[in-house]
Amino acid sequence: MAASCVRTVGSFLGKCGNCSSSLNTVTSQLSRQVLSRQICVSTALKKNLAAGGPEKFTVEFIQKQVEEFDIGKRHLANMMGEDPENFTQEDIDRSIAYLFPSGLFEKKARPLMKHPEEIFPKQRAVQWGADGRPFHFLFYTGKQSYYSLMHKLYSKILNIEKHQDRMRAKGLFSQDTKEISLDTSRWLTKEELEVLLVETISSNNYDRFIQLMERLLSMPYCNMEEEFVLHYRRPLEARSKKQMVPVPERDDKGVAFSTSDGRRKTSNSSVVLRDCGSGRITVNGQEYLHYFPVLQDREQLMFPLQFMGLLGRFDLQCTVSGGGRSSQAGALRLAISRALLSFLSEGEQETMRQAGLLTPDPRVRERKKPGQEGARRKFTWKKR
Amino acid sequence: SQSSEKHLGQFYTLPSAHFRPLFPHGLPYRYQQQVKTFNEACFMVRPPALEVISYLKKADYSKPALRYLFYGVKGSGKTMSLCHAVHFCYTQGWVVLHIPDAHLWVKNCKELLPSSYNSARFDQPLQATTWLRNFRTTNEHLLSQIKTKRRYVWTKRESTDEGRPLGELVNQGISRVKSSSDVVGALMKDLRLQSSQPGADFRLVVAVDGVNALWGRSTIKKENKSVDLEELTLIHNLKKLMKNDWTGGAIITTLSQTGSLYTPKSAYLPQELLGETGFDSMDPFIPVSVPNYSEKEFESAYLYYLDRKWLQHPQSRTEDGKKELSFLSSKNPSMLDRICGFL
Repeated sequence: MAASCVRTVGSFLGKCGNCSSSLNTVTSQLSRQVLSRQICVSTALKKNLAAGGPEKFTVEFIQKQVEEFDIGKRHLANMMGEDPENFTQEDIDRSIAYLFPSGLFEKKARPLMKHPEEIFPKQRAVQWGADGRPFHFLFYTGKQSYYSLMHKLYSKILNIEKHQDRMRAKGLFSQDTKEISLDTSRWLTKEELEVLLVETISSNNYDRFIQLMERLLSMPYCNMEEEFVLHYRRPLEARSKKQMVPVPERDDKGVAFSTSDGRRKTSNSSVVLRDCGSGRITVNGQEYLHYFPVLQDREQLMFPLQFMGLLGRFDLQCTVSGGGRSSQAGALRLAISRALLSFLSEGEQETMRQAGLLTPDPRVRERKKPGQEGARRKFTWKKR
Repeated sequence: SQSSEKHLGQFYTLPSAHFRPLFPHGLPYRYQQQVKTFNEACFMVRPPALEVISYLKKADYSKPALRYLFYGVKGSGKTMSLCHAVHFCYTQGWVVLHIPDAHLWVKNCKELLPSSYNSARFDQPLQATTWLRNFRTTNEHLLSQIKTKRRYVWTKRESTDEGRPLGELVNQGISRVKSSSDVVGALMKDLRLQSSQPGADFRLVVAVDGVNALWGRSTIKKENKSVDLEELTLIHNLKKLMKNDWTGGAIITTLSQTGSLYTPKSAYLPQELLGETGFDSMDPFIPVSVPNYSEKEFESAYLYYLDRKWLQHPQSRTEDGKKELSFLSSKNPSMLDRICGFL
């Protein structure tokens, strides 16, 4: 990191081009140990490195990174004994996770090896040539890529209208052409558009862009520009999954039974719910009265069945491990409610969900922090 | 009493005249409280007790005494069945030797005296006197009729001659605390000998609750040394009674895990609780299992509580409430009693 700092500093200074004195300070800083000790650097010459904005990477630098990445990828493939030609990003991730196993909880803090395009933020190359003339014709608008995009969009609209006129002239105009399916996608957000265009846009601009897109889509023959439009849409994430209902099976005697698991805090439990007709319960092979001598735990187990009014109908065979008395009871309760789902109708499942019987309890033990006695409790505060 | 199979699951009330003498000790504590609350003592007629009573009716009393053992999970009603059988014997006019809880004799002993009769053994005067008092209350009417067969010498000055009524022996034990354990031993021996004789006009029933204490371990310490069970007079005499070498009576016992020492909580079978020696000495015996309530019994208990207006909560009167109670208590009598206690 320090090296890259120096490099960026060097490149930044190189871009400016005329700070020979600052170069001197840089070299003198580097060779401080060798030459005379400079106690303080003159404030006029000292550059505030943070004021330069985010680090700027030159095009050559990025290219070099890309080359290094490719070479590294081949080395990695060699190391793992796989084919260097067909080494995909997934394979890279897998190999890195294998070679550098990390116990860190934060996934973003783990070692990663990705293509430089994804790591370094996209930056604009220099927009003007050696003679100082900018390349793009819209440079002096300030937001050149945004306005060029708007122009492109409008030209596409005009194209479609011309096409429509031609079809009308031929007499083949029809309203019901294939529509672009827009259900599973959404428009780019403003931030995403900024990232795409590598420049900032105001919310007004963004609204105008969306309006123009909508206008394009309202025209009959918009499927000509489908690919272009879809480039600016992102797929919606899948909706939250509906509760997976365990399938009731039949065992040899023809008794319908269903199995499900439940978890709470650190306990894991699994329950087999049989549709026999007696109300017997076995926990870990023992009598349920013996395993849960406390009334509260038994009430927890009873709650799902009592709520649906199916107390005496089922036979439970439970296994539970880990945790303490109360968390085992909670885990069993969740498992029972899940197993019960397969015997209930839709409306009853909905009532169970609303009663909170199907929600796994997210509360776990909070970590103890250093400098405090417990998770929240601080050490006794002494005034002096 | 009207105990027959027709009455399975129904309650029958003990007449209060019987209740006072019969059970000064021997009933579970919660049940005693219930009796006080309801002002009456009701037993439920259940299969284990009925079985034992039918055997008692049909047994041949010229043969050695039969041993019955009630066993079951905690709270399933063993002590209650024992008391039911004892009540039956009482109504038939037998002499009742009821030891409420043998575990009380092997733990928490405040006083331990070296025995006067046998110097190797230890006496427990307190427990012996309490028991003798209760024994006297139970068998008041019979004590005057039975006579001692031998002469007992307690100290240089005191002795009980042959032919004196047993009541005198008992009073002797109660008044002279020091020799009470020996009195107990003498009493047991006498009764045993007398009921074995063909001409005896009474039968003896020995009812011991928590019989597994006799072959377990004890926590009594004498000068920081744990006392062996053989060294306690009471236990020694009781074990002699347990042997079925006498005739003319019956031995009814229950196992109990609750008071027992050094046994795991999940043990309830005879083999586990009696241990090897216990099992061998009790062998052969008739084991009677006492299960939790069946559907019918549970309903009957529930209706009884309803009838006595013990269940005040409005929801407990509904069908759903009944199902809840059955689930929560898993039809265990003591659990049901505890849950209904705060409804």
